[in-house]
Amino acid sequence: MNFRIVFALVCRYLFLYTRNWVRLAEVIFWPTMELVTWGFLTRYLEGRMGVAEAGPFTWMLGGVIFWDVMFRSQQGVAISFLEDVWTRNLLNIFVAPVRPIEYLASAFGVGLVRIAITVLILWALSWIFFSFNLLDIGPSLVPFFGSLLLFGWAIGIFATALIMRFGQAAESLAWAVPFLIQPLTAVYYPVSIMPGWLQWIALALPSTHVFEGMRGVMAGAGFSWSHFAWAALLNAVCLLLAGLFYHWTLSTVRARGLLAKVATN
Amino acid sequence: MKDAPVIEAMHLHKAFGATVALEDLSLTLRPNEILGLLGVNGAGKTTALNILLGLTTPTRGTLRVFGQELMPNRVDILKRCNFASAYVSLPGNLTVGQNLWTFAQIYGVKNHKAKITELLELLEIPHLRSRVTGQLSAGEATRVQLCKAFLNDPELLLLDEPTASLDPDISDKVRKFVRSRQQAQRTAIIYTSHNMRDIEEVCDRLLFIHKGRVVAEGTPTAVMTLFQQESLEDVFIQIARSEAGDVFGAAKTAK
Repeated sequence: MNFRIVFALVCRYLFLYTRNWVRLAEVIFWPTMELVTWGFLTRYLEGRMGVAEAGPFTWMLGGVIFWDVMFRSQQGVAISFLEDVWTRNLLNIFVAPVRPIEYLASAFGVGLVRIAITVLILWALSWIFFSFNLLDIGPSLVPFFGSLLLFGWAIGIFATALIMRFGQAAESLAWAVPFLIQPLTAVYYPVSIMPGWLQWIALALPSTHVFEGMRGVMAGAGFSWSHFAWAALLNAVCLLLAGLFYHWTLSTVRARGLLAKVATN
Repeated sequence: MKDAPVIEAMHLHKAFGATVALEDLSLTLRPNEILGLLGVNGAGKTTALNILLGLTTPTRGTLRVFGQELMPNRVDILKRCNFASAYVSLPGNLTVGQNLWTFAQIYGVKNHKAKITELLELLEIPHLRSRVTGQLSAGEATRVQLCKAFLNDPELLLLDEPTASLDPDISDKVRKFVRSRQQAQRTAIIYTSHNMRDIEEVCDRLLFIHKGRVVAEGTPTAVMTLFQQESLEDVFIQIARSEAGDVFGAAKTAK
């Protein structure tokens, strides 16, 4: 892997954000709106049930921030690819000496930057307005965020491959794929409330183990090594499968002559 | 090995399902040579170009660039190549300088500041460096694309309709720039255009593709003579309006 190329590609995306404040607002606006909505819901539940009873509802605010880590990570990959499609620059990249791993690594880097901005803002807002301090979760935050970041990358690679295969008509997949996962991964409620057969599917997602682990820490049960191990193992499998799917899709679109079409249509 | 072929394509064939887009294309491109690729819309030249760029894999045939098979050695080969097309843009939200810096890094251009300055001056657009790319006129954007295409002093350059939608003045400047830079650096170029004046002025040799097959090959003058026409435009029209069989008959004579 050539880090000079990765650095150049990451800088290119950052130039884009510094020149276009609307793009930056997108990283801030939607997460803030979501936090405010769930924040008021939490307040309402506290009012109805009494703070002591409703304390566990701060899960929701944790869930909002954790979900955004995964969503921004996925978006970093998929939207970076779409930026090249939208600006008709994709061919310049695909006929340049850029390896797929370098291209993806730059998208991962962009995802990291997006997450850093979003989390910083959500952390400050949730602390100031809803008395929820993310840092109270403690050092467990690092493995939790790391796991969500990796799973976001895996979904991003998968969504990118689908867009590459089906063209711009499929660009809504960049937003749809994570929301297909959201109800299954138990962001705002425990896995135990799902039907038995659905729990198996939920627990096959690495992110579910992170959200379960987060709720455990917030309920005072401590860090669950079991959930962490499952998340790590499942992330490894998801990244491997996503990588293979991307590689296979790239070969397929080359064979079908679709790459140039996606890039120029 | 100084004049070893830059591109050796042998019997390239590409089919998309039942549709044959390219049939038995063989071509050799040597250093310091500009080969024009001509054909009506849908003739197969875009497919040929995409195969040469590694964007599409051929159904059959072999393709060697700098003596190496393209796909297994893609990255090493692409370091020595570049590309510009009228149908491809640089990110419009970035300045010209930011775009050229990015590609200079990707291609590992040494002393990139001086190289970018040199090319912008040669193309008479040094004042555009801080301008946002998306706000450039077609002529300015084409020249910025050419600047990007020559950044790494490529040994092989693929230019896809570089003068499309340009006025005659800018087209002339583009042709002169391409020719002078190519001669100075012995660049091998594949050049596609629907502008026959481009082809006559710029290309050493040309290859007519019609319905996926090569129907004529030679210097612009030789091809005009063989088709008994006074201009390449007339050759183009004759080929475009011919039945396939007639053209392939003529092609045998032309070759």
